[in-house]
Amino acid sequence: MSAPQSILPLEVRQLVYEAGGTRLLHDINLTLNHTQRTVILGPNGAGKSLLLRLCHGLLKPTSGEIVWRGAGTRDQPIRHQAMVFQRPVMLRRSAHANITHALKLRDVSRSERPERANAALALAGLSDLADRPARLMSGGEQQRLALARAWVTEPDVLFLDEPTASLDPAATRAVETLIEGFHAAGTKIIMATHDLGQARRLADEIVFLNKGRLLEHAPAKQFLERPDTREGRAFITGDLLW
Amino acid sequence: MNTILNAFAEAGVLLASFDSDFLAIVGLSLRVSLSAVLIACLIGFPLGAAVALFRFPGRGAVALMLNTFMGLPPVVVGLIVFLILSRSGPLGVLGLLFTPTAMIIAQAILVTPIIAALTRQIIEDLWGEYSEHLRSLNAGPLDTLGTLIYDARFSLSTAVLAGFGRAIAEVGAVMIVGGNIDHATRVMTTAIALETSKGNLATALGLGIVLLVIALAVNAGVQIINAMGARKDAIA
Amino acid sequence: MVIRFAFLLAALVLAAPLAAAQGTPLTLASTTSTENSGLLGEILPRFTKDTGIAVRVVAVGTGAALNLGRSGDADILLVHAREDEDAFVAAGYGAFRRDVMFNDFVIVGPRQDPAGIGAQKDAASAFATIAMREGLFVSRADNSGTHKAEMRIWRSAGVDPVSASGRWYKESGSGMGATLNLSAGLNAYTLSDRGTWLSFRNQGDLTIVFEGDPPLKNPYGVILVNPARHPHIQAKNALTFIDWLTGPRGQAAIDSFRISGQQLFFPIAKQPQR
Repeated sequence: MSAPQSILPLEVRQLVYEAGGTRLLHDINLTLNHTQRTVILGPNGAGKSLLLRLCHGLLKPTSGEIVWRGAGTRDQPIRHQAMVFQRPVMLRRSAHANITHALKLRDVSRSERPERANAALALAGLSDLADRPARLMSGGEQQRLALARAWVTEPDVLFLDEPTASLDPAATRAVETLIEGFHAAGTKIIMATHDLGQARRLADEIVFLNKGRLLEHAPAKQFLERPDTREGRAFITGDLLW
Repeated sequence: MNTILNAFAEAGVLLASFDSDFLAIVGLSLRVSLSAVLIACLIGFPLGAAVALFRFPGRGAVALMLNTFMGLPPVVVGLIVFLILSRSGPLGVLGLLFTPTAMIIAQAILVTPIIAALTRQIIEDLWGEYSEHLRSLNAGPLDTLGTLIYDARFSLSTAVLAGFGRAIAEVGAVMIVGGNIDHATRVMTTAIALETSKGNLATALGLGIVLLVIALAVNAGVQIINAMGARKDAIA
Repeated sequence: MVIRFAFLLAALVLAAPLAAAQGTPLTLASTTSTENSGLLGEILPRFTKDTGIAVRVVAVGTGAALNLGRSGDADILLVHAREDEDAFVAAGYGAFRRDVMFNDFVIVGPRQDPAGIGAQKDAASAFATIAMREGLFVSRADNSGTHKAEMRIWRSAGVDPVSASGRWYKESGSGMGATLNLSAGLNAYTLSDRGTWLSFRNQGDLTIVFEGDPPLKNPYGVILVNPARHPHIQAKNALTFIDWLTGPRGQAAIDSFRISGQQLFFPIAKQPQR
């Protein structure tokens, strides 16, 4: 909410990631501040998910640095972040218990957890499904639950990796509304997508990746109307990039 | 053929009689084996999960040991525990030889590798699914273990049943460390061995049938609990 | 619910050693011949009634029983292998030995007696005949008192049966009951104590083909495991037991024990003793 408490800005310096001898990300340099919604755009295999996981700390860079420069940065930046995956990981528990579990890991006292979980479920429109086994919910409901579970930990930054890629339009709209809610409440949004429409709806700024390289980092309007690179123009017009 | 028919009659008589000596034997069998399985779970769950989750030196060797020890011959375990608990052995002062406690120890040693090895497999599979979420939540080792063991509880019950099956059915270890003492350490399997050695083959087989019925009841019970729990918690 | 169940189990486990520690029964290591025949089941309750001392029986072969005494895992031994018993006491493992009773061995074999040993004049020539005609014979081969008696008879017959092991001479390596089961299955000869044979329910086509020779007499001795060597031995109660067993009450109990009307064990304790 208040910028001075945030762990942002995030600075990525000369980031390289290799796996099995193959270089998957080449020399990424990037600084993200806390106000704008950042959409990482690019075709499948561009390295969007890798970049998110590296920034979140799920992967270790082969070389380069990821630094949280904000005044609110304490010893464990990951505790002020949350991530929502394309296929949400649903614990084998009720919707409500999925959320209280996250609260427990954030050291929220046992007495406080149920109330906060209820609030998160209400926010995601899942109050009626609180006792439903999470794994029996629909794909859209699961993704909303994953967002509620992220929201309840009050992160400074929320990473989203193609959160609507396997959802129908109605479920996608619901998820996007929740993401807007996060943004309105002051959470930094960093989302990967290959969906241009979604980028138009949600992005303040665009980071365009192709084949493991950062090709453009620009305000959304600018990139979507006048991409600087040939690859960017091809992506916007729907051509296949090779 | 007659012996087999008689055995079913004997089993029926035993079950219907509620003979106090017989019930004491059944009770001791269950107490010893369930206690051994409980101890094996307390050790095997965290151990198996740790081997599944954590990279540490000798991890491969531990996994290999667990898989190998799944096939430990009960008599060997019995012999080792006997030598340790013997008055001349290192723990002789405890005076545990020929007590139910000694039998529980021996069976726990037999069962722990089974539960640990199966736990390792189950937890490894679940970890593959949960790891990004738990790491994203910055879960520490204990929270990670706890979450995985709790969420794998229904799969783990299969491991527990496998362990219980081995414990309740083995005779080699309890015979050596328990001594098959009447009214003290006689369990179903040692009673079967005794009746066989007396040539009471029908009685022996009758006891065997009863043992089977008890094992069936325990398995059915766990399966029913699982089915109810599965509906509630959606383990699918 | 799962947790409550776990607590219940934990309570069971914790209760186990407590139950075991309440009162300290004597541990009597004895042989399958005394336990399986029902003798101990008959006389021990009388002892407990007379004295309030409980006795737990570990029934193994004489060799294993002597080992339990050596390691201090039994308070008292009731066994039948005179030479080994004397050696056991002489080596300081036992405090003393006393005669208790005797029973006898019988040679059990197929009803048709294919080797024709029933007509032999003594046990040694019966064994020699089995060896000569290569009649199937099952040996305990487990270092038990019965096994030692069997080997004594082979020696006096001048036969080394172990050289025929696997052919007509089968070494079961197990207790009397398992050996009798094997003999019944193979329709073979074997040496058994009379008590185990009489109470054995799976006799098949076997019967007693030779009995009554004095070398088949089988004396039992009772030994107090040496408390000087193993301080935890319950010497006082053990002495009470030995005095009772070799005294009038115990000897009368042994004398009155019958299986299907037949007396199996004959008291021989000299009285009074001490």
